[in-house]
Amino acid sequence: MVHITKRKEMSTQQALVIRLGAIVAALVVCGIITALLTGLNPVSVYLTMINGAFGSQRKIWILLQETAILLCVSLALTPAFRMKFWNLGGEGQVLIGGLTAAAVMLILGSRLPNPVVILLEIVAAVGAGAAWALLPAIFKAKWNTNETLFTLMMNYVATQLVAYYVILWEVPKGSGKIGIINQSTEIGWLPQIGSYKYLLNILIVALLTAGMYAYLKYSKHGYEISVVGESTNTARYVGINVSRVIIRTLLLSGAICGLAGLLLVAGTDHTITTTIAGGRGFTGVMVAWLAKFNPAVMVASSFLLEFMGRGAGEISTIYGLNHSFGDILTGIILFFIIGSEFFITYKFHFSKKEEGERNV
Amino acid sequence: MADKKLAVRMRNISKSFGQVQANSNVSLDIYRGEILALLGENGSGKTTLMNMLSGIYFPDSGSIEIDGKPVVIGSPKDAFDHGVGMIHQHFKLVNVFTAAENIVLGLKEPGPFDIQAAAERIRKICDSYGFDVDPNQKVYDMSVSQKQTVEIVKLLYRGAEILILDEPTAVLTPQETDKLFAVLRNMRDAGKAIIIITHKLHEVQDISDRVVVLRKGEYVGEMITAESTTEEMTTMMVGHQVELNIERPRPINPKRRVRVHGLTVRNNEGVLKLDNVSFSVYSGEILGIAGISGSGQKELLEAIAGLQPVEIGSIEYVNDDGTIDQLIGKDPLEIASMGVALSFVPEDRLGMGLVASMDLTDNMMLRSFRDGPSPFFTDRTAPKKLAEKVVEELEVNTNSIDTPVRRLSGGNVQKVLVGREISSSPTVLLTAYAVRGLDVNSSYMIYDLLNKQKANGTAVVYVGEDLDVLLELCDRILVLCGGKVSGIVDGRYTSKNEVGLMMTKLGGGKA
Repeated sequence: MVHITKRKEMSTQQALVIRLGAIVAALVVCGIITALLTGLNPVSVYLTMINGAFGSQRKIWILLQETAILLCVSLALTPAFRMKFWNLGGEGQVLIGGLTAAAVMLILGSRLPNPVVILLEIVAAVGAGAAWALLPAIFKAKWNTNETLFTLMMNYVATQLVAYYVILWEVPKGSGKIGIINQSTEIGWLPQIGSYKYLLNILIVALLTAGMYAYLKYSKHGYEISVVGESTNTARYVGINVSRVIIRTLLLSGAICGLAGLLLVAGTDHTITTTIAGGRGFTGVMVAWLAKFNPAVMVASSFLLEFMGRGAGEISTIYGLNHSFGDILTGIILFFIIGSEFFITYKFHFSKKEEGERNV
Repeated sequence: MADKKLAVRMRNISKSFGQVQANSNVSLDIYRGEILALLGENGSGKTTLMNMLSGIYFPDSGSIEIDGKPVVIGSPKDAFDHGVGMIHQHFKLVNVFTAAENIVLGLKEPGPFDIQAAAERIRKICDSYGFDVDPNQKVYDMSVSQKQTVEIVKLLYRGAEILILDEPTAVLTPQETDKLFAVLRNMRDAGKAIIIITHKLHEVQDISDRVVVLRKGEYVGEMITAESTTEEMTTMMVGHQVELNIERPRPINPKRRVRVHGLTVRNNEGVLKLDNVSFSVYSGEILGIAGISGSGQKELLEAIAGLQPVEIGSIEYVNDDGTIDQLIGKDPLEIASMGVALSFVPEDRLGMGLVASMDLTDNMMLRSFRDGPSPFFTDRTAPKKLAEKVVEELEVNTNSIDTPVRRLSGGNVQKVLVGREISSSPTVLLTAYAVRGLDVNSSYMIYDLLNKQKANGTAVVYVGEDLDVLLELCDRILVLCGGKVSGIVDGRYTSKNEVGLMMTKLGGGKA
């Protein structure tokens, strides 16, 4: 007979051992599945993955850039999640931030000096992202509507808006694409540090990570967020204005998503498409949860997910495998990591039922 | 004893949850035709032990015999099959069903479903033991004690021979308790084995034949009730001598502090919870508030604390210089900023008074986190000192002040909460069920703390459920009945019976 009971508490080291064990077990299972399904040597597949992520300087830069943007979106979601406000609208908030940045570049690019354009696009992108999150926040604060559905639906509105403007601004006509904005003048493009195309984005997100960590842990706002997230009754009991905290936190969450949109459009891509957010609004949910909403740990979890993604891409090209195979491996690894939480929270008892039965 | 038949024999039962040893090597005999009281402080493992007999938990080791045969109880169904039934503190009834429907719910009886026949059988059971149940009454129309009766009948209907009751009197008035005890005696005389878990000593004396005492998960001894005193029981339960008297000094220079007038409150669903309630609280006194649970105690305290919208009425705070501040329409922050030092120990300690996942320091700054030199960052210096002070002065049992409060035991959680609330030297201290779930030692420490506040001139409001304590501790007792003031009596001259009657009937006239 097996009984499952809740563990009282577990030391941090023990938990770490279980998590590392889960990753090792995941790699073993992935290796077995790889060998069974493809007949390839799992070790060489893993080496290919590592090569795909770190194989050249360019690959490393791309990995860091992708990690930075994913981390940026995850950081944006974190304060809302800490408050138990399930902001699933990161995708839309990134898109709308990117769209307004692109609009400023396109419309004002030829009329105003470059620094002014950059300043305006920052304000526009951050403001638009914040506004996109503000709407569901107001409804939640005033009428306690379900924020999950609301933010989710806002994603579709954002996607459709982007689709509309892409057609409106398409270059050349009929291509269905905007192409690189201000390619000759580079007006509205965020400055490049030396010859490193992605360095600025990475630095901004690094600063943001430190800032978010301090905000959540040491600021009065962060404290209020934790109290509201734990119990709105407690918050009311000490006179915290719950509605105000919800709205303020969602403005922050949306603003950082807007910033991610800005970094994508004005920092690296210099164009806007409906898929520019690339599902990061949702992958970010996973990153945040895996890290238990701790910004420092999120550096690792976003890196892990990006590494898996890059590596999976590499094995699909090298071995001619479908890209889905990489996704299968990512899925297995995530399954083990998330599954390990079960063993951290619960434990099994194998009782000696046989003895009892013999007696009966 | 010799003529009594052994019903249950538990041997060397051990059970642990994580690092916590809930029971270790407990052996216990339960006889038919006997009421056994299982006595122990909180966390002494009484409920865990009985949960293993009733199939909620499975022991790590040890054996259980029922009627001389070894058994394995792996689920509540197994327990039922062996005739063991348990009444939990929280009832498990379907509100929209009648008593009879609830009683037969989930039973697999052969033949077509016949509610009439079931009702007939229920009536027979009720008649033979003296229960007062109408099989056709809906559960939502029942009082707490009626619901409890339904739970007991449910077990008897299913043929339970061994009945376990977990703190059955916690929710009952004295009169209801007497009724319950009468049927328990009838059931004992009919040869059932009855186990009652409690930490109210006078009830143990009243109802039980034998007492088994657990301490820290271990069996420490047993005694025949008729041959023992409550002092002996306490000493065995706590492990050392405890002074069981609550002090009640006369209020010094009482002055009106809070005046509530014509207070009427509806809850979110529009149900009238307080109806034209008027009273005053004076400095230097403890005003007790008694009533059946849900008579408006929660709403009353929350209205004073600024957490409950009020329909009509006034709540006036009288300052030392005689000026008056109206508290209605203000939230807790506004009340504090008016200079009213009002502290509130709410009923829901971890859901309202504290943040369960935060450590002691962070909980200490729950009210004061807005202070500190920086407008943006929190300052944890003062809260940290306060946490250390509370841990030391109130003997909070914790590894460190960095432990999340959810890891503390109930008594320690309450000490942390009370410690924080009295640290601001309040002029008004509201407490709701301040000792609920606390063991004897912690309870007396809380009474002492309240008395200290009283001596400091604080107006203390003590909402309680244990009438014995209310009668010993409070200077005056306000009795609520269905949201109305049933009366205000002097704690020194009233009786338990008088207060009990006032709880069930406005004014306390003969029921």
